[in-house]
This record gives sequence, structure tokens and C-alpha cells, in this order.
Amino acid sequence: MLKIENLHARVEGKDILKGLSLTVNPGEVHAIMGPNGAGKSTLGNVLSGRDGYEVTEGSVTYEGRDLLALEPEERAAAGMFLAFQYPVEIPGVNNTYFLRAALNAQRKQRGEKELDSMQFLKLVREKLKIMQISDELLHRAVNEGFSGGEKKRNEIFQMAVLEPKLAILDETDSGLDIDALKHVAQGVNALRSPDRAFLVITHYQRLLDYIEPDFVHVLADGRIVESGDKTLALKLEEHGYAWVADRDPALSGAQA
Amino acid sequence: MNQPVRTPFVESLLASAALAQLPGSGIAWLDAARRENLEAFEAAGLPDTRVEAWKYTALRALGQRQFAHGDANAAGRPVDLAALALPGVDGPRLVFVNGVFRADLSSSFGLPDGLSLMPLSQALQGDAESLRFALSRHYREAGDTFARLNAALAGDGVVLRVDAGTRIAQPVHLLFVGAPADGDCSWHVRNVIELGEGAELTLIEHHASTGEQGHLATLVGDIVLRDGAKLQHTLLQNAAESGTMIRRSSLHLGARAHVMSHVLELGGALVRHDLQAELVGDEARFDSRGVFALHGRQHVDTQLAIRHQALNTASESIWRGVADQRARGVFRGAIVVAQGADGSDALLSSKNLLLSGQAEIDTKPELEIYADEVKAAHGATVGQLDERSLFYLRSRGIPQAEARTLLTAAFCRAVLQSMPHEALREHVSNLLLAHLPAE
Repeated sequence: MLKIENLHARVEGKDILKGLSLTVNPGEVHAIMGPNGAGKSTLGNVLSGRDGYEVTEGSVTYEGRDLLALEPEERAAAGMFLAFQYPVEIPGVNNTYFLRAALNAQRKQRGEKELDSMQFLKLVREKLKIMQISDELLHRAVNEGFSGGEKKRNEIFQMAVLEPKLAILDETDSGLDIDALKHVAQGVNALRSPDRAFLVITHYQRLLDYIEPDFVHVLADGRIVESGDKTLALKLEEHGYAWVADRDPALSGAQA
Repeated sequence: MNQPVRTPFVESLLASAALAQLPGSGIAWLDAARRENLEAFEAAGLPDTRVEAWKYTALRALGQRQFAHGDANAAGRPVDLAALALPGVDGPRLVFVNGVFRADLSSSFGLPDGLSLMPLSQALQGDAESLRFALSRHYREAGDTFARLNAALAGDGVVLRVDAGTRIAQPVHLLFVGAPADGDCSWHVRNVIELGEGAELTLIEHHASTGEQGHLATLVGDIVLRDGAKLQHTLLQNAAESGTMIRRSSLHLGARAHVMSHVLELGGALVRHDLQAELVGDEARFDSRGVFALHGRQHVDTQLAIRHQALNTASESIWRGVADQRARGVFRGAIVVAQGADGSDALLSSKNLLLSGQAEIDTKPELEIYADEVKAAHGATVGQLDERSLFYLRSRGIPQAEARTLLTAAFCRAVLQSMPHEALREHVSNLLLAHLPAE
């Protein structure tokens, strides 16, 4: 589904990703862990097409297409979804209106029929139930005045409505208390399916107690330096990121 | 004072004034007022940008243009009324085409009790004396050029009165249509509106066009609210993008009178709107919401002036501006709290959005306070669309152009959401959306 090969990327003249390779198949949940500054958020941003990230080498193939050649909206229509670390507040744009515009824009790009407001409302009600979210959220402007937990929950709710094939969660756990974290994780788990893959980017192992990954990768200095199953996350939790650096002398200089 | 250069503009209007046969001519005081205002117009000519009120709106190009007086065939110009209808607005209606009253398009039969509504041309044939105070004004400020011109040449307009204690349920629709004529002409409209004590009225002032035309239109309106009167005033300007339109609305509010004004400026090549409110009675309140959305080379200049002259008066002004391509927007909000207007409360917000590097918006809030215990706040900003918001929308699948439109509309929404009549609000929101550039 997603194939990243030898990806090099630069932000503001600074090399951040330095040869990252990763393959994700449908139905898999991959966790990307790493210390601050390893390039975790850069990876999410490059994959979703944010401006200001220059890919200098390597390739990203998504369902056989060159992902990097697509505009952000085309990536979304092709089934990619990024849950933001810091969801943006958009005053004046109603949450429901926004979601319907997004869903219909995607459907239009895919050559599917747009949903009318009745069909859309039916879909939204279904998803609210699955996500256990109150519909009060729908009547407010996008993320405006939402608490940190509400914002993240809204991200997952959007994901439920848009039904992506590949969801990237960019430090979705940051700033969440344990209850909010559980709630968000429940939402994600409800969306797991054999056709849908997840890339869970996180600093802490905590989230992975609730979203169980199939694979764990350690990102350090712009590359994946260690891959394993979920037990790798536990080792990291126990020994810290220094443990990875110790095992790879080439990295020890970068772990300041 | 320097002798102003006689521009082709001034020459052409003086020539047309000499030929004009205006309704009401022969009424001595009116002839005198028209003559004196024309002389003042001739003497001062067009103001240049050294005149503070015209600092951001240069009239050099206009000065080189010539305009015929009126449209001799205005009575026969075809107008598709259905295309100009506003949802929820189907009450009394006066329609003017190129400044001329059109009885065939208007609907003013069976007016509710307490409402008097007629064209100025007709009112002048009847009780002209009651219009004497409004129509014999002299405009003495340096920037008053167009008010003088209007006072000299206006032959038609609206005379509307609501009797004391009367509440008019149906909105009154005043429709001013610019229609393509044989050439570019000038037309001048004068409105005189009065709400008696405790009267209530919803008024829709609507400017539209049936096609591209480069006319010069001037409109001057005096709106007087006696004590306790209430007015909902919605002004929708959606005229042709090639026209020049200079409007002045002067409101006079008695004690406890309340005006809620919504202004939407979409059309016009060169548009100037002076919106002036005088709060002369205790506890009078003037609220205004306005938005301009411009593209191409449109130039729209709004001058809001509010004078608090009595105790515990209040005003809240919330304005938004959007300019794309090479458009230019100007907003000046001047609030004066006069001596003795203690306990007054004034709030002014002007937020503006530039959608292109070549667009320009000048905003200038001014606050002058001479009273005690006044609450006053003002803020003005000019910015660009937030890139983070734009990316957020795009990452959800909304294409760039649509995302920009959506964010721009959201930016303007604060101004429209207080509009009465949901159907009209939705219609106006859609007009705004349609006017916002897709790219």
C-alpha cells in the first residue's frame, strides 16, 4: 500500500530525513517511535504534502502512484488521512459543513456521487455512535474553543467519516490525559480493518498499550534504526532511546 | 484657495445641469438650493487626495470622464424583476432605473396604515414644503463634492414616512437599478426617510444592474428616527463592476432610537459610501455590520462616522474587508464622543483580508472622546489567509480554490450572522460566496 524508499527530506535548509525506508501493507498497524528531533513529524508532514518540506532523494509510492507528485487534496481523495498533532481552529466554519464539504470533495475527485444532506446526516449519526461522541461537537465551528482532548477526538471522528485507507496519527497522544487517550484509542481500534492501515507516530509507548501495533520502528536521526514487533516498544520504555543509540555507534553522536 | 482646474468631468456635469429639467423646478426654495449647490460644485470641483476625506481615493481618472445627464429612455429599459427579487422580501417596493422612478415595476398599492411611500418626483408635486428642510441643505465641507452635485441634480428618489407608534411588519424594498444606456450617463437619487416616535421599519436598500454600464450614480439619503423608533437597514450593493457609485447615508437618532445596519458591498468599479450616524437623544443606539469583497481593479471606500452626542448612547461597528487581485479597499471608522455624552459605549472592529500581493486595504479607526465615563474600544487588522488552516482543509480533501473561498466566507460570516430574516441572510451569503474569487 505504502512504500517509502530511501527518503531524504529537508526543512529550511536542514536535512531531517536521511534515508528512511518503510513498507506498510493493508490492515497493518505500524508504530513509529523516536526521540524529539528524530524526524517523526517531518515524516507525517512529507507524507501529507505540507509546504516547506523538500524531498531531496528517494521515493514514496502509494497504491502504485508517486505520492509526492500529488497535491494534499489528491492524497486525501486517494485515501490518506493525517490526524494532526495540533489540529487547527477555524472560526466561522461549522464542523458539519466542513466535514460534508471534505467528504463530497473527495467523492467528487474519485468520480463518486456526492452525498445530499440527508444521506450525510445518516452517515454522521452512525459514526457518532461508533465513536461515542456527543453531537454537540457538530454544531460548533471546527475545533474552535475545543479542549485538547476534544480536538483529538474530532480528528478521529473526521477519520471515521472520511474512511481513509491509510491513516497517519501524528503524536495524537500528546497533551492527552489517560481518559482522553483511552477514548481516542477506542475510536482508532473501532476503525481497524483488514483494508485499512495505520501509521502511529508517537514519542511515548503509552499509546501503544491501547492501540496494539503489528510493527514498531525506531526512528533516529532521520532513519529507521530498529524494527520489531510490539515488544520493541516495551524495551524502549524500559531502556530509553539511548539504548538504541548505544547499539548503533554511528548514531551516538546525534543523540545530544 | 487655489482655483480648481476645470476638468472634463465638471464641464460635462455643468453642461448637463443647464439642460436638465428636474421635477420640482419652479419651486423657488428648491431652485435656489439647487443653484447654490451647483455653484459650490463648480467652484470647488473634485477634491484631490490632500482633502482628508478623499486621502485614499484618487479622483483624477474620474475627472477626465464625461457624463450625459440622466438616461432619456430610462422609462423603457427592460428589467427582469424576478432576477433581482430577494427571498422573503415581497412587500412594498419602489424601483428606479437609472435614477428614474418606474411605476410599472414598483408595488406600492395597499400600503399598510401608517406607512407613506412615494417617489420624490411625485412628492414634489404635492406637499413639497414638508421636504424643504431636507432638500435645502448646503454642503460646506471640502469633501462634499458629490453631495453638492446630488443636491443640484437629484430629481427623484424615495420619500418614506412611518407614523408614530406604527410597526411595519413587511420589509420595504428600495431597488436602484443601473441599466446599460446609449452611453455613460449620470443619475442622482435623493431619499428622505422618517420614522415617527416608536415606529418600527425594516428597510432593504438594494443596488443592482441589468448589465455592464459605466454610469455615475450619486445617492444621498437622510434617515431620521424620532424617539424610540427602530430601524433594520440592510444595504445590498451588487451593481455592475464597471460603474461609479457615490452614496451618503445620514442617520439622525433620537432618544432610545435603535438602528441596526448591514452593508454588503460587492459591485462597482469605484464606490464610495459615507455612512454617518448622529446619536442626538439619550440612550440612542447605532449598530453597524459591513463587509466588502473586491476583486479585479475594484475600489471601494467606506467612511463610517458616528457622533455620540447624548447620555448613555451606544454604537457597535463590526466591519470586514476582503480584496483580491488588484482591488483596493478603504475603511475609515471615525467615532466622536462629544462633550456631555457621558456613559457612552463605542466599539469598532475592522478586520481585513488580502488575498493577493497586489491588493491593498487601508483601514483607519479614529476615536475622539470629550466626555467622561466612556467605554470605547477599537481594533483594526489587515492580514492574509492562514496557511495552516488552508493546509488543514486541503489535507481533508478540499481543493485549494474551494478551501480559500470557504475560509474567506468564514472570515466575513461574523458580519452577516446578525442579519434578520434567515432567507435573506442565506441569499446574501450566497451572493458573497459567488463573488469571492475561486482562484
